[in-house]
Amino acid sequence: MKKLTGALFIILLYTACKFNAADTPKLPIYGNRDTASKVVNGKTVIDSVYQTIPSFKFVNQYGDSITNKSLNGYVYVADFFFTTCPSICPIMHRNMLKVYDDYKNVSDFKIISHTIDPKHDSVAVLKKYADKLGISGNSWWLLQGKKEETYQLGEKSYLVAVKEDSGTPGGYVHQGWFVLIDKQKRIRGYYDGTDEKQVDKLRADIKTLLAETNTNIAQ
Amino acid sequence: MKLRVIGAVAILLSVIIASCQSEEQQEFQRYYNGGKIIYEQRCQNCHSAKGEGLSNLIPPLTDATYLKTNKAALACLVKYGIKETIITINGKSYEGAMPATDLAPVDIAKVLTYVTNSFGNKMGIVTSEQIDKDLLKCK
Ligand code: HEC
Repeated sequence: MKKLTGALFIILLYTACKFNAADTPKLPIYGNRDTASKVVNGKTVIDSVYQTIPSFKFVNQYGDSITNKSLNGYVYVADFFFTTCPSICPIMHRNMLKVYDDYKNVSDFKIISHTIDPKHDSVAVLKKYADKLGISGNSWWLLQGKKEETYQLGEKSYLVAVKEDSGTPGGYVHQGWFVLIDKQKRIRGYYDGTDEKQVDKLRADIKTLLAETNTNIAQ
Repeated sequence: MKLRVIGAVAILLSVIIASCQSEEQQEFQRYYNGGKIIYEQRCQNCHSAKGEGLSNLIPPLTDATYLKTNKAALACLVKYGIKETIITINGKSYEGAMPATDLAPVDIAKVLTYVTNSFGNKMGIVTSEQIDKDLLKCK
């Protein structure tokens, strides 16, 4: 009898799990959206067109040229920082290290951190920062480029505020958002990089997103 | 009779000593609690809630030997910041920069009381008078 209840219990558990798996909520899609009509098999259908991250060109901490194409096929997290930042950046990168530790060996995941102070943060300075932060390899890129291009990308594409302001510590206003981007270059999540709980949510959401895009590609 | 008097005096003395101690204890607690709030606002972003720092960029505040040997210099570090100095903490060297602060001496005393009695440190109270003296010797 005991064995029977045990077996029943296991079956119940199993079905409960299965049920949950089918119910897993997908992550929302952020950004401005548009509709476009296209012709499929002779019929006109209306499609949502989501905002995507446009083309860019930067260099990473190794001096390699990095474009938006370098991120094709990757789920990635982006943030904005500068190496001499006395305020929120240390908290952000203390938290981002957890994301890095979770996913550094996952082949279709990356982290990119854009410096908003390219004058000071040269390739050499970024490399030194990376070494001291304890990151290596190519799963976390620190990107440097034209200031206007970085600021534009932040405000118009990732939709986060970045600007210079001599009145604030370190001379820049910026928010500590971590922005999650899917393989179609759409925005799938915003997380306050200074808040440990939100970063824990990001760590879970990355897993969800990796699973989602993988199945999409398999279809 | 004599014994009774001695007994009473002894009891009185121990009560006085005990109350003195608790006053000291209270003073310590006041500094420590105030220091915790200052730490959270001014230091925690860099040195972290547990005093562990950030990789090789920002040192932890857990090196009891460093803190003890450099006790008298800590006020200067907090007030004027650190620039282009290599500091060895727990056997690792750090060459980052720490910004200067506009904290009043009493607040420096409080935050250092918090730091030197947290994260595994136990160095007792740092008084405002001590900070005044230490600040005179800043280089
Ligand atoms: C912008 C980041 C930042 C902030 C904010 C900051 N520190 Fe530091 N702190 C550093 C860095 C970096 C060093 C190491 C400097 C070096 O390598 O020469 C340091 C070194 C120290 C040291 C000596 C080394 C050690 O680890 O014991 C003490 C003590 C210290 N800080 C205390 C404080 C206190 C107290 C506050 C708040 C009032 C504070 N710091 C705020 C970055 C910071």
